[in-house]
This record gives sequence, C-alpha cells and structure tokens, in this order.
Amino acid sequence: MNTLQDLEKKINSELNTKIKSTLIKHNQLYIQIEKEDLIDVTLFIKTNKGTKFRQIIDITAVDYPENTKRFKIVYLFLSHEYNQRIILSYLIGEHEVIPSLTSIYPGANWMEREVFDMYGVNFKDHPDLRRILTDYNFEGHPLRKDFPLTGYTEVRYSEDQKKVISEPVKLEQNYRNFDYESPWEGTKYIKEELENNDKKN
Amino acid sequence: MTKKTKNLNLNFGPQHPAAHGVLRLILELDGEVVEKADPHIGFLHRGTEKLIENKTYMQAVPYFDRLDYVAPMNQEHAFALAIERILNIEVPIRAKYIRVMFCEIGRILSHLLNITTQALDVGALTPSLWGFEERETLMTFYERVSGSRLHANYFRAGGVHQDLPLGLAEDIYKFCEKFPKIINDLESLLTDNRIFKQRNVDIGIVTKDDALDYSFSGVMIRGSGVPWDLRKSQPYDCYEELEFKIPVGKNGDCYDRYLCRIEEMKESTQIIKQCLAKMTSGPIKSLNGKISPPSKKDIKQSMEALIHHFKLFTEGYRVISDEIYTSVEAPKGEFGVYLISDGSSKPYKCKIRAPGFSHLQSIDYLIKGHMLADVPAVLGSLDIVFGEVDR
Repeated sequence: MNTLQDLEKKINSELNTKIKSTLIKHNQLYIQIEKEDLIDVTLFIKTNKGTKFRQIIDITAVDYPENTKRFKIVYLFLSHEYNQRIILSYLIGEHEVIPSLTSIYPGANWMEREVFDMYGVNFKDHPDLRRILTDYNFEGHPLRKDFPLTGYTEVRYSEDQKKVISEPVKLEQNYRNFDYESPWEGTKYIKEELENNDKKN
Repeated sequence: MTKKTKNLNLNFGPQHPAAHGVLRLILELDGEVVEKADPHIGFLHRGTEKLIENKTYMQAVPYFDRLDYVAPMNQEHAFALAIERILNIEVPIRAKYIRVMFCEIGRILSHLLNITTQALDVGALTPSLWGFEERETLMTFYERVSGSRLHANYFRAGGVHQDLPLGLAEDIYKFCEKFPKIINDLESLLTDNRIFKQRNVDIGIVTKDDALDYSFSGVMIRGSGVPWDLRKSQPYDCYEELEFKIPVGKNGDCYDRYLCRIEEMKESTQIIKQCLAKMTSGPIKSLNGKISPPSKKDIKQSMEALIHHFKLFTEGYRVISDEIYTSVEAPKGEFGVYLISDGSSKPYKCKIRAPGFSHLQSIDYLIKGHMLADVPAVLGSLDIVFGEVDR
C-alpha cells in the first residue's frame, strides 16, 4: 500500500458505488463523486488505516456559468503518513446546499466560509457561515465569472457627510480588455500538408 | 456576598502594531483571561485570484510577490512550478539552483522578520534592530538580481528572468560566512533570556493531533513534533541534491517554534552555500522560444525571435487545458497553487492556498484561557502576514 495506483485500486474497490471516476495525473489522485457521498468518502479516507488523509489542504469552487450544474466544488487532501494527495470534486447547481466538513476537519471552517463568500455556495450544518474576506455589508460573490472585475461599488471618505460612504463605481476610463488571442495558426493548406506528411512518415 | 461580573468585549485592531497588519480581533475577556477570540479578516483583500484570471500567465507573477511580501520569491516558485508541470517544461539546472538559493534567502528574510518582531512584541527591542540590518543586506541581493527590493517578479515558468549579475555570487557567499555569527548574537539575546522564556514557554501549545486537524503546516506543525517538510517529502527543483536537516520541536509552544525558526535559518545558510558551490554556468531559462522571451540581441537579428517576443508580450503563451495543485514549502508553511487552465493564455481559475489562513483560523483555540498579554506572543509565533491571509 504505497503507490497511488494501490490507493486508486483500494478506493475503487471499497467505495465502488460512491466513486464516479478516478484518474492519476501529476502524481495526484483525482476523484469525482456525487454530492450525497461526500461525508462517507471523506470519513473513509480520513480514518482508514491504509489511507490516513488526516489533513484538508483547501476547499474551493470553480464557476462554469454556462453549465446547468454550475459549480465544481474541489477538496484537496493530504496524507502525511503515505505522502499522497487527493483532489476530490463534484458538480452542483447554483442553488444547491452542500454538506459541511467542519465536524470531520475543524480546519475546513474558514475554507468553507471563503467559498460561501466568493461563490455564494451554502453549506449545511456549518457552525458559523458568515462572509470572511469581503467588506462588511458587501453584496454579491466576487469570484463568480459574471461578477465584473471592477466590481459594483467603491468606497471613499466623504468630506460633506464626514464618514466613509460607498457609491457605484465610476471609472474615468472603461476597463479595457484587449483580446490578443490570435486564431491564426498558419494557413489551411500548409496545415493539411503537414498532417499528410505526418501520416506518410 | 457575591460580586456580579460581566465579560468585557475588547476590540483589538485593525490598526494595532502588535496585530502584525490589519487584523481585527474581537476578544471576550473575563478579567484578563481571554474567553473567546473572533478574528475578522479581509481588510487587505484585493481580489488577487480574480485579477489573475484576467491576466496572462506572465502578467500574473507579480501578484504572487504581493501575497506574503516578506518572502516574495517563494510564492512565485509555486506558480512557476504549476505551469511547468502542466506544460512539461524542462528547467535548466542553473536556473534550479538560482531559484532554490533565492527561496532560501526568502526563508531567512521571513524568519528574521518573524523572530525579531515576536521579540519586539514581548518587550525586546534590540533583536529587531540587529535583524533588520541583515534583512536590508538580503534585500539588496534581491534588488541586484531583479531590480526590486521586495516585489521581485523574478521567477518565470521555465527558469528565472535574468542571470546573476557579476559579483553577486561572491557577495552572497561572504554573507553566508558571517551570518551564523549574527544568528548566534540574536540567540545570545533571546534563547536563554529569562523574560523571553517566561513570555513564550508553554504559551500557545498545539498538540500533534490538533496541528493536523487545523490544517497546520510549516513551522507550526514541525514545532509540534511532526517531521513534515515538503522540501524533503515532496522535493521540487533541486532540493533532492542538497543536504539539509529539518528541525522539529517537542512541546509545540511558542518557544519551540522560535527555536525551529532559528535552526531553519542556519540550515538555509548551508543550503545557499551548497547552491553556490554546485552552480554551473549555463542557460537560466528554458530554451523553448514559445515560453521564454528571446534576448535583446536575438530580437535585432532574428525575425523569428522578434515574432516570439511580440506574441509573448501581447497574447502570452497558451497553457493546455489541465488541472493541477502544486505546493512549495514557503517560510510560513505549505503554500499552494491550484490552477485550472483552459487552453487560452489566461488561467481559468487560480486558487491560492496560503498557510497563514489556516493558522489564523485556529486563534480562538490557541488563546482561549490565556491572558490578554499572551495574544501578541501567540500572534507573533503564528507568523501571520496579511498579504497572504487576505489575498
């Protein structure tokens, strides 16, 4: 029980109904599951003698606004004992509530708060689900792809009202995002010729 | 007759010299004993991850300097490694040694700042004066190699930006020769100092299990007796070829963590010396023209180099669609980058895993039951820098 291949086999055989797919890449094990199986799978990899993933490294989400299951929730685990890493992920829709890992890994507390703050994903049974990084009274979830880079409001000290006020962003010059990406990959006939040459060789 | 007492809520920070930045702690005090601590963070939140999604891979590097701004190059390292692993770029051996050398300089920079300010927090002024003099020397090395004392922007995917200027290697070697004596001087002020020990021994104890549960890494986990260092366990760049020891603490209190940091500085000095000895001449960045910009001379003479230069600094290089987590042993713990690329020249998602974030969330557990005066001592030994906690 040492290599990632062994770990992959073990997880697939002992949790086979709960695992959607596994993949070994970049010396890490990527596992896809369903939302409902999260607690079972994490409890297994944390407590099993042959895995011992005692530490949660990070929790994050990835936003794919064009998909119906919009968010991919990603968990990174580390096993000190076997020196292995697991990347666990599953897909959820925009308004779905997901289980919290704080009872299994106390260190997950702030990580889940951050996901809630940045993506607006709600966690069930989280002891203290407040915003964490953004300002007091902030609205919106900044890391969603449909949140503009410049944001909606800006804060300044108002000399008239003698206090800090927030108002809609006013830019002297619009944020310019030039598209430098060139679709040009060489003319078609050269490409075809190259491909043909490849086939011949 | 019983006296009625009420717990006092105290607002510590966000502008407080012992808060090491912009930390706001809401402390619930029973007399002088802390009952509960609720940290409010995010006062330095700049949306680094969002900004990185809107920049090309090369433009994203400077954001990593601004995370943990006392050891900038260590962070760049994690990002460079992520791109290199996705694209399978071969890094020249000289570049590896240069990068490791500057990472260790960063480690000394960070530990010097931490040890001396921790001493300052518990009442010793002199260490910070002595330590900052050395930090200034080290930052001059940063400046000579990258043009900037702090925000270096020096590491690239595939190597480093420029070769060492003439004479720098000799000066770094001279520094390594005299630095152990300076550590000894610092130690003579602190290690056996009665007041320093009274303020740190048995304060902020972390047990092995709790260190694992709270996702600690770096000195915070080694101080509690877990021999875990990514430079040894998951070596990157050329750490495999270097000889160094990993100091491990016993009691997991602030004093043990201080001792670990002192020992780590000594080891880092040895690593720098080994790097200088093993460094051979050769290229300092990948020779692949699609990744590394050409030299000024080539641009003047070669059409292809000119096109490469233009494409690299407008569109940037593209990174094939992939997903990866890379981590390095930064001075404060495991610093990681979780990168998702989508085949374009900008990252689709770049999550930054900052060690300080996990460390700070345990503050309630660490200082519950301690006196108010111990709060700065514990905060100091957590080694918090708000650039990386708030991102």
